[in-house]
Amino acid sequence: MQRCVKCFLLLSVLLVVLTAVNLMFGSVSYSLSELFGILSHGNGTDSMVILKIRLPRTLAVILLGGALSLSGLLLQNFFANPIAGPFVLGISSGAKFAVSIAMTVSLSVGTAISSSGLVITAFIGSLAAMGTVLAISGRVKRMSVLIVAGVMNGYICSALTELVISFADDSDIVNLHGWSVGTFSGTDMDEVKIMAVVVIPALLLTFMLSKPMGAYQLGEAYASNMGVNIKKFRAELIVLSSLLSACVTAFAGPVSFVGSAVPHMVRGMLGTSKPIIIIPASFLGGAVFCLFCDLMARVLFAPSELGISTITAIFGAPVVVTIMLRRGDRQL
Amino acid sequence: MSKIETHSLSAGYGKKIVVENAEIEIKSGEIVSLIGANGSGKSTILKTIAGQLEAVSGTVYIDGRDISKMSESEISVKLSIMTTEKVRAELMTCKDVVESGRYPYTGRLGILSQRDRDIVRETFRLVDGVELVNQDFNRISDGQRQKIMLARAICQEPDILVLDEPTSYLDMKHKLELLKILRKLVREKNTAVIMSMHELDLALKISDRMICVKNNFIDRTGTPEEIFSEGYISELFGVDTLCYNEFFGTPELEKISGEPEIFVIGGMGKGIPVYRRLERMGVPFVVGVLHENDIDFPVAKALSCKVISEKAFEPVSAERVRQAEKVLQKCRKLICCVEKFGSMNSLNRELLEFAKQKEIEIEHLLVGGSAPHTPRQRGKPPLETRD
Repeated sequence: MQRCVKCFLLLSVLLVVLTAVNLMFGSVSYSLSELFGILSHGNGTDSMVILKIRLPRTLAVILLGGALSLSGLLLQNFFANPIAGPFVLGISSGAKFAVSIAMTVSLSVGTAISSSGLVITAFIGSLAAMGTVLAISGRVKRMSVLIVAGVMNGYICSALTELVISFADDSDIVNLHGWSVGTFSGTDMDEVKIMAVVVIPALLLTFMLSKPMGAYQLGEAYASNMGVNIKKFRAELIVLSSLLSACVTAFAGPVSFVGSAVPHMVRGMLGTSKPIIIIPASFLGGAVFCLFCDLMARVLFAPSELGISTITAIFGAPVVVTIMLRRGDRQL
Repeated sequence: MSKIETHSLSAGYGKKIVVENAEIEIKSGEIVSLIGANGSGKSTILKTIAGQLEAVSGTVYIDGRDISKMSESEISVKLSIMTTEKVRAELMTCKDVVESGRYPYTGRLGILSQRDRDIVRETFRLVDGVELVNQDFNRISDGQRQKIMLARAICQEPDILVLDEPTSYLDMKHKLELLKILRKLVREKNTAVIMSMHELDLALKISDRMICVKNNFIDRTGTPEEIFSEGYISELFGVDTLCYNEFFGTPELEKISGEPEIFVIGGMGKGIPVYRRLERMGVPFVVGVLHENDIDFPVAKALSCKVISEKAFEPVSAERVRQAEKVLQKCRKLICCVEKFGSMNSLNRELLEFAKQKEIEIEHLLVGGSAPHTPRQRGKPPLETRD
């Protein structure tokens, strides 16, 4: 119990500190007191930078980072596979593909697609990719096969996305291409509102699923014996995880390895896998992890910015490899 | 009152029927075991009874209610299961696992009440697993894990406990412990238990009734005494009748056939290790003269080419001894496992005399007492191997 409290305290402190640091540093840097000054009664360019650019971006990172990690946790529970995640299983790429089609079509027609339209399109793409993975997992029970199938799924969707982008007008390519490798840049407050409308209810609904998720950890037979309606529960998991990863992809493009790595790190940190604890911790952990990665992406080679997936992969992929190696002896 | 009843139940996967037309009835406070060959459909029956598998046709009733019309949560407070499925529980303590048995009784978020906690603690005591409470479920032995899974099932406070091969893969101590817990549970809480088992010797001892599954049907149902008679078990599993000892519920290996080479005088259990050793070496042998109520008798009957026997409680007759001498004459060796002859088998002494006359090799072999730890270090084995 004490460990639990300590971990949540640590995560909360990190969240606050990293949020402040993300707001302070960038192409123009501010001190902490300057930051408070701008936030309380800002004016001029400084407040433009903070309120119109950095604050929405930071909030987006928090919401989407948490969403990604949560989506990974749901998928891990669903497949009883510790490294499942929206990126590893190709679900982000499915969403990306759907969004790229929608964007290209809407750009060629000359009307910009709305943010909520993007989320819906991405959701459809996620569900389609999820369907493919489910069809494969229904045939082959081996967990490693599932991962390989997911990765292949991702490659196919990415290739198709590239193909679609190559048909887009020259002027749009830069925009689309930046998005298709994943970035949090260019988020505005209206988008943040839509993210919040999707992510926060999804977080609450996931939290309400913590009881059946706990039962499901013992396997389908036991869960059903404990009173879980398996079909309904599995459908809920699919919808929630797809919605969360779709929301991320619609706004930031595919962000790699957060969903696979963060829930694992959080479980290790807390020393438990009780969903009622791990669900909020994963959300916090995902937010903290992405805040850190986005900071790196922005400041490492400033003024030029790195793709967010470059950083998340550097920190996330080794975690995934570690899980695979550690579980090598127990048929992954 | 019967807790579980099935009416012309056909169980299977999809359209493929594994067990047909099963009529099963289980009452409170009884342990019923399901026996039968591998793949005969025991697990399928259990899964269907537990509501995990939809019946192909027919009905399962729990407390008189059709199970297909009950929701998962309604079933969960009546019946709990323990499967052979390996549970992957990352970062869960044994307490976490056992507590999950309380899920049907908790609210939306699954937070345990004081009463739930008390029941969990009580269950740990019942299964004698208090020292495991805070241990990582993945880092305990298979036997302990099985115990914890049973505790989980008990924690669910079921009226009916459905166990699929609860004792398989456990060592003897854990097998006995598990069965002891089941007995206690049935006695104290009047639970109805149905389980599949492969250890016939244990099933014979623990079960109030047995259900035998053979060739897609329930072949026979009855008390262990009824089932373990008239060579039925051998028939059920399709093995040689003599191989199966119905009193002890244990199988013997197949006998060595051929012309007998060795004659054994046994009795009082002293002969059993010798019969086994000869069987292992592949030497055909004869046993005589043995009383039909001797503890040696079933083993001798199963392993030797021939047993020259005398009726129970009658002294060994001269007639039998003459018969034995005739066989002994053709053997190359006589092994006597008996130290002293009593009034009932005193005539067996004549066989020793007979062998001496005929210059047949005689070995006095008294096996028993404290066995040496490593028999191989004893130098020459007491019996020559066949050349």
